[in-house]
Amino acid sequence: MGGAAILKKQFESVLGGGALDWQARPAPALVSSGVPELDQTVGGLPRGCLTEIIGAASSGRMSLLVAMLAEAARRDEVCALVDAEDAFDPVSAAAAGMRLERLLWVRCGHRADHALKAADLLIQGGGFGMVAMDLGDTPPQTARRISLTSWFRLRRAVEYTPTVLLAVSRRPNAKTCASLTLECVREDLEWSGKAQGRLLRKSRTRVGGGKNQNIRRFTPANAGERKRGLHADPHSPAAQMTFFAAAAHPSLPR
Amino acid sequence: MFACLHGSGNLKGLAFEFSPLVERSAPGTVTFDVSGLDRLFGLPQDVAAAIARRAAESGVKANLALASNPDAAICAARGFFGAGIAPYGDEAKFLGELPVELLDPSEELRETLERWGIRRFRDLAALPPLGIAERLGSEGLRLRELARGEARRKLRPLEDPPRFEDSLELEYPVDLLEPLAFLLARLVNGLCTRLATRALATDELRLRLGLETRAAHERTLRLPVPALDPKAFLKLLQLDLEAHPPAAPVVLVWMEMNPVKPRFAQSGLFIPAAPEPVKLELTVQRIQAIVGEGRVGSPELIDTYRPDAFRMRAGVPLHDASRGQVRPPQASLGGAPLGHPVSLILRLFRPPRPAQVAVTSGRPGFVAAEGVRGKVLDLAGPWRTSGDWWTSDPWSRDEWDIALSDGAAYRLYCEPRGWFVEGSYD
Repeated sequence: MGGAAILKKQFESVLGGGALDWQARPAPALVSSGVPELDQTVGGLPRGCLTEIIGAASSGRMSLLVAMLAEAARRDEVCALVDAEDAFDPVSAAAAGMRLERLLWVRCGHRADHALKAADLLIQGGGFGMVAMDLGDTPPQTARRISLTSWFRLRRAVEYTPTVLLAVSRRPNAKTCASLTLECVREDLEWSGKAQGRLLRKSRTRVGGGKNQNIRRFTPANAGERKRGLHADPHSPAAQMTFFAAAAHPSLPR
Repeated sequence: MFACLHGSGNLKGLAFEFSPLVERSAPGTVTFDVSGLDRLFGLPQDVAAAIARRAAESGVKANLALASNPDAAICAARGFFGAGIAPYGDEAKFLGELPVELLDPSEELRETLERWGIRRFRDLAALPPLGIAERLGSEGLRLRELARGEARRKLRPLEDPPRFEDSLELEYPVDLLEPLAFLLARLVNGLCTRLATRALATDELRLRLGLETRAAHERTLRLPVPALDPKAFLKLLQLDLEAHPPAAPVVLVWMEMNPVKPRFAQSGLFIPAAPEPVKLELTVQRIQAIVGEGRVGSPELIDTYRPDAFRMRAGVPLHDASRGQVRPPQASLGGAPLGHPVSLILRLFRPPRPAQVAVTSGRPGFVAAEGVRGKVLDLAGPWRTSGDWWTSDPWSRDEWDIALSDGAAYRLYCEPRGWFVEGSYD
């Protein structure tokens, strides 16, 4: 038996509790996403991890992202939004309850590579409660060109920090680097009224496991089972969410 | 213990680097209190060496003397070349060889002393005080005290606030930013040391580069909060000069820091961590170097109904009034109450995408634009909005919310220039 093994035995005997898993890492702390339905389903957003929000156009990705940013700002945290396609609408975000003064907005002008560099600098700078990278309108072929190394670098940079790193895109790009993947699928739009009085009222979205995706769920029971403290649960139920359209048209009566 | 500098250069600035109590004793002579510096530097010789070293660095050419009282230090600095220390209790012996003219006596007194054969300090110091008082009066007694190095008085400190500026005139023009950074580092370090000795910080750095073409290149860096971090300042200056390089080789570097009281922040256990202000400023500058100026900041809404009206405010105001206040405790999960409405957000296309729209019965029936194409399945509108008609830049448009057959919902508008897709509801 080597010296290291003897030491390990001695530690285990002193600390008790049987064999120690030296590779195990503590389960990440979870914070509220700002959407109770989602929190009930996935448990919250993991700090120090990359969470990927994927979905087609109009699937509610941006609404979900802004709800998460607004919740972080409500906790008095400073947030950063790296906007690859310059698509963020501060007017509807403010109407949705986002405290814009707690948000650092980086407009990358249709450059995904700039977005990656900016996100990396923000995470390295530290102190942010949430850093979100919006690649939602970036063409899939461009987003696919982002190497897995870049995603791995981001994951390593955010590890052991209290920052929640979010990435929004059409298709999953981060692969295994993402600790949590949320897939948004729009179910329907609700309209009300007739003719001139007709209004877009609500959009219903299902967030959760599709055929190809699963929601990774954190529970105290399974948190220590895997190396990274995460456990995949493909049978997690999907969260049904309703987004109200009042904020998108703040000047109109609803 | 007092020190005196007698010579040329920025004597006052140098003195303020070592003491807040500085007296301008005469033109070309400053005296300052160095009591307590022994705890920083050690023996008086070490204090003198530190002052002499800093004088050499900042280009000050002066004699330096340290003594137990200001007047002995002044006499020694005026009389001896280089740096000297008058030993405590032995000032009379140390100053003995100096000529009496250094004491600046009146014309009448000078003649009397000349007649008596009193030419050096030691001659005057040896005279009995009673006899001097009878023959020369109070002025004679004062001169005797000075000659013996025994005069005791308080300094008359300068009250005008010192300017924290420094400059370097270069022997040859510098046309690359990297060698310029070394010169900037020298100025930044010097100014930061001067600020630190007065327990001050800065919130604004002003840099003026004299160019070979006789033009000046001026840059001003404003910091979100007072700080005193030479490394961060240097990096900020480098990034700023990379973004705004001088048009010609540099022959003169001048820098000034605005002195302000440092910021003291009491952090709490329950206050969420926020980016360190200077570090955040550095991060913002680095990102700006990548994405372009004016593209990083905090959005601020403008009080108008004009679509997409906002302005970018540089940086994030991290220290608003709400920070530091005790907030009601929130559960870490599910903080938002159930039933809390989540809003639908518009994802904008910047610039709006010009669209081809087939109109059926006065309503959009088919829409085609870059990345958008489909039959209109459902719609709401038109919502007619206009504004600023009283200005030279009016706007008016009809808006529709449309659901297309491609599965997405968009905002479409029509204005005098044509149809545009403004964004998608996402």
